[in-house]
Amino acid sequence: MQTTAMNAVEADSLVKTYPGGVKALDGLSITVRPGEVFGLLGPNGAGKSTTIKILTTLVRPDSGTATIAGHAVLSHPDRVRRVIGVVSQRSGADPMASGRDNLVLQAHLYGMRGAELERRVAELLDRFDLGDAAGRQVRTYSGGMQRRLDVALGLVHRPRVLFLDEPTTGLDPEARAAMWEEIARLAGDDSLAILLTTHYLDEADRLAGRLAIVDGGRVVAEGTPEGLKAELRGDAVHLELREAPDEQRVRSLIAALSGIREIVFDGRRLSARADDGAAAVPIALAALDQAGVPVAAVTVARPSLDDVYLRHAGRRFAQTDEPVTAGAGGAR
Amino acid sequence: MSGLFVHTWWMSHRRLKALLRNPGLVVMTLVQPAIWLFLFGGLFRKVAELPGFGAASYVDYLVPGVVVMSAVSSNMWSGMGVIDEIERGTLNRFLVSPVSRSAILNAGVIEQAVSTAIQSLIIILLGRLAGASYPGGVLGVVVLAVASILLGAIFSALSSTMGLLVRQRETIIGLSVFLLLPLTFLSSAFMAKSLMPSWIQNVAAFNPLNWSLDTARGALAADPDWQAVAVHGGWLLGLAALMIWLSTLSFRSYQKSI
Repeated sequence: MQTTAMNAVEADSLVKTYPGGVKALDGLSITVRPGEVFGLLGPNGAGKSTTIKILTTLVRPDSGTATIAGHAVLSHPDRVRRVIGVVSQRSGADPMASGRDNLVLQAHLYGMRGAELERRVAELLDRFDLGDAAGRQVRTYSGGMQRRLDVALGLVHRPRVLFLDEPTTGLDPEARAAMWEEIARLAGDDSLAILLTTHYLDEADRLAGRLAIVDGGRVVAEGTPEGLKAELRGDAVHLELREAPDEQRVRSLIAALSGIREIVFDGRRLSARADDGAAAVPIALAALDQAGVPVAAVTVARPSLDDVYLRHAGRRFAQTDEPVTAGAGGAR
Repeated sequence: MSGLFVHTWWMSHRRLKALLRNPGLVVMTLVQPAIWLFLFGGLFRKVAELPGFGAASYVDYLVPGVVVMSAVSSNMWSGMGVIDEIERGTLNRFLVSPVSRSAILNAGVIEQAVSTAIQSLIIILLGRLAGASYPGGVLGVVVLAVASILLGAIFSALSSTMGLLVRQRETIIGLSVFLLLPLTFLSSAFMAKSLMPSWIQNVAAFNPLNWSLDTARGALAADPDWQAVAVHGGWLLGLAALMIWLSTLSFRSYQKSI
């Protein structure tokens, strides 16, 4: 098979409108190369899940085309289904069956049998650390164990493209870290491309080799996490003043300093961008001190994906669906 | 084609295994039939003495009624399983795999048939304990079981269709509450046809639960009426096929609505 030349996923101008006129996708195009981890980053409702549903043959787009490992999603869904593995947001494992039974059934559905099947199931149980729990009903599994089983189910038939739809949503921090490790391990397999959707900035930052920021059903920015952040040029400097400032006065004071720009006030908080944050802070502090404006706190941060999102989507990244877990703010 | 067969086998295997793993559930579904047989049957024992009732004992008469009523009752819940599988993402997991779409549906029908058969046979045995006799012999009992499987298929398909289209548990519960007892009382389940008010007789002619009773009683009689078995059995079979076909359509509509 001509694996290397062919892109793992190619989606071109996908449009999908749901009944009621909700436009889920508005001309979304992405390309995932063989062996890479590609992240689709966006808030809920941005169109990530709809993209996955189209690419995994669950839903037909209104217009646009897509191929998976060279197979057209619309005209040959049966071929596509043989080369994809899907780990969806909802588990999909049968809670009343054991972990092993779930894997065995999945393997049968992909036409595996006999010794090959036994070997593959044992291998996956072992690899995902489910060996001891293999005979237990899945409903007795912890959240992390269930998620590992889901990934194992998606890998049974050695797919060429693995879809991970928000793989860590709802996991506790420990299970989340373990899942990250597992995905990083999967990324080491050059024959497997991974399309990962997430609404966690840090998850995309950490796992994706390349990512696309999705907003309003289309891709608004695309590149490596580092590249996207580098486009922003400079560090974010945040100053928290002790009392509400005379904005105009403080603004002109800071703007006069070289290498500091894009000054934004938000109550007592002042944010700006600096070519070299570490160098800019003492200068700014000295200037403010001299002017008699007391400063309560200072932070300097490398540009985060949140900043990238702000730049391209025109607003802050909203992670509103559940309590934000540690580190999800994006400032790293 | 062999793919369809293999997939149907494995998908059914999954569901039957789930059935086996939960024998307690089967016992639970037998509590009600036992109450009907032993308590209701005991309480109304003298009904059989009514002139024109035409059965040797009331329990003899009651068994087919309880069997088909239980078939409707348990199959009416299959929509719940459908909703569970949708909500858990299990259905979508199968839909993104190469499994034949028909195999998913076939497995539901097969599980339903097996569990209804088991349930019916156990009730028939319970009936025996309650003192019932089956003059039609093994063949009559088999026809009763088949009739209850077909009747169950009708309501299982109806319930699954509602599950796929509406996806609300309340609808399934409502369906069961609104249909089960009226269907049972508007039939010859508990009372001989000739003694029913004429309006109920008229309604019962269109009641699939009553068709299954006519089929079963025709075969269970000491002198079986095979023509009645064939006619009413044919109606049952036709309606079951129609309902299963409808549920296939609703399956497609689900796929469009994901």
